[in-house]
Amino acid sequence: MALQVELVSPERVLFEGEADRIIARALGSGDFAVLPGHAPYLAAIATHPVRVMMTDGTEDTIAVHGGFISVANDRVTILSDVAELASQIDEERARRAKERAEQALQNGEDMAAEAALRRAHVRLAVAGGLSTVG
Amino acid sequence: MAGGQERVLRRRIKSVQSTKKITRAMELIAATRVVKAQERANAARPYSQQITNVILDLVGLGAQSDHPLLREASEARRSAFVVVTSDRGLCGAYNSAVIRAAERELVARRAQGQDYALILIGKKANSYFKFRNYDIAASFYDLTDRPDYEDARAVSEVVRTMFEAGEVDTVDLVYQRFLSAGAQEVVVRRFLPLETEEGDGGGGGTEPHASIEFDPSPNVILDELLPRYVEARLFAALLDASASEHAARQRAMKAATDNAEELIISLSRIMNRARQDAITGEIMEIVGGAEALHQGQGGDHLDLPPALLEPESLSHRSA
Repeated sequence: MALQVELVSPERVLFEGEADRIIARALGSGDFAVLPGHAPYLAAIATHPVRVMMTDGTEDTIAVHGGFISVANDRVTILSDVAELASQIDEERARRAKERAEQALQNGEDMAAEAALRRAHVRLAVAGGLSTVG
Repeated sequence: MAGGQERVLRRRIKSVQSTKKITRAMELIAATRVVKAQERANAARPYSQQITNVILDLVGLGAQSDHPLLREASEARRSAFVVVTSDRGLCGAYNSAVIRAAERELVARRAQGQDYALILIGKKANSYFKFRNYDIAASFYDLTDRPDYEDARAVSEVVRTMFEAGEVDTVDLVYQRFLSAGAQEVVVRRFLPLETEEGDGGGGGTEPHASIEFDPSPNVILDELLPRYVEARLFAALLDASASEHAARQRAMKAATDNAEELIISLSRIMNRARQDAITGEIMEIVGGAEALHQGQGGDHLDLPPALLEPESLSHRSA
């Protein structure tokens, strides 16, 4: 039995597929994995790449900038305001955004800049095929 | 004389024809936009459905929240209205219907001794209420044509802040709900405070989960979800209104095109009659002239040379 995965943004369904395993990071705590047969679960997730191991053996990484994950009856739904698949990320733009955010941080730390930096990190990590974020 | 009238009519027909071209083009554009807006509304539905399901799950499990968005004021002193209209006209009664409904509701609330706050979306609502000296709390432009989530977030931010700060006790949405391409209706719908009781039930179809694990606690998740929920609902309303706007425009432009067609037909008829009258008049003149000549020569029979009665020679002369 595989997991039915759905990534939903307010504007449309971004991603749908079957997976064997999903790894995400809960807000304020650590990473967790969801396997088929997982107990009903509801969590707020952090701005962090979500790794989806597909049933065909490939692995997809999705940059999820905050949101919620809900697991019930082997259906996994990720709700996120902003989420990007690796293929949608403009690496060059993300790199520039990262530099901009770093500059802003040096000029006087600011919550918005820190969040922007975090997002840029996640984007780059996903685009580069990495799964760890500094 | 008559020739002048013919020229004037010809000019009018030409102008109606070019107007028809424009309205026809607008009709076609609106038709494709209706389809697109509907697609967007459908694509946005899973998110709001899922978020509603999750909230219902949480509430069903007894998650308690004293989130300000749920706070019901004991006595409504000031109500806010979010009025969704378009930026551009040429869409029939679309805007006036929404504005009329909003004003009626507003007047009714005022009669109950309530204050009001207006949050206006679209230039049409803004100019209407501004002209009538209403207080406008906030207005937004350029988003009803093709609303995206950022727009919904910006508007709901303003509404939420007002509500959470206790400046207003209720918020109502006034917009046109999209039923089908041929039918839309104006609705005045309670937007805040949020109602968490399970509406008419039935939907969702998920059996109650006896035990759900949460991370972090259910109450924290609920608090995080509620603002998203507000945004999603406003976004859905904006998409609906946008589809209605395009449908209304399509209908108005179709009516205008049809009218132009009718006008062209009746104007052409008048023009042809005028031309015919002019020709008849000229024949009469020629006949009269010829007869006068004949009588002057002493003959008593009208004897017109046949060539003079040929239509070619007539039109040749009158040209």
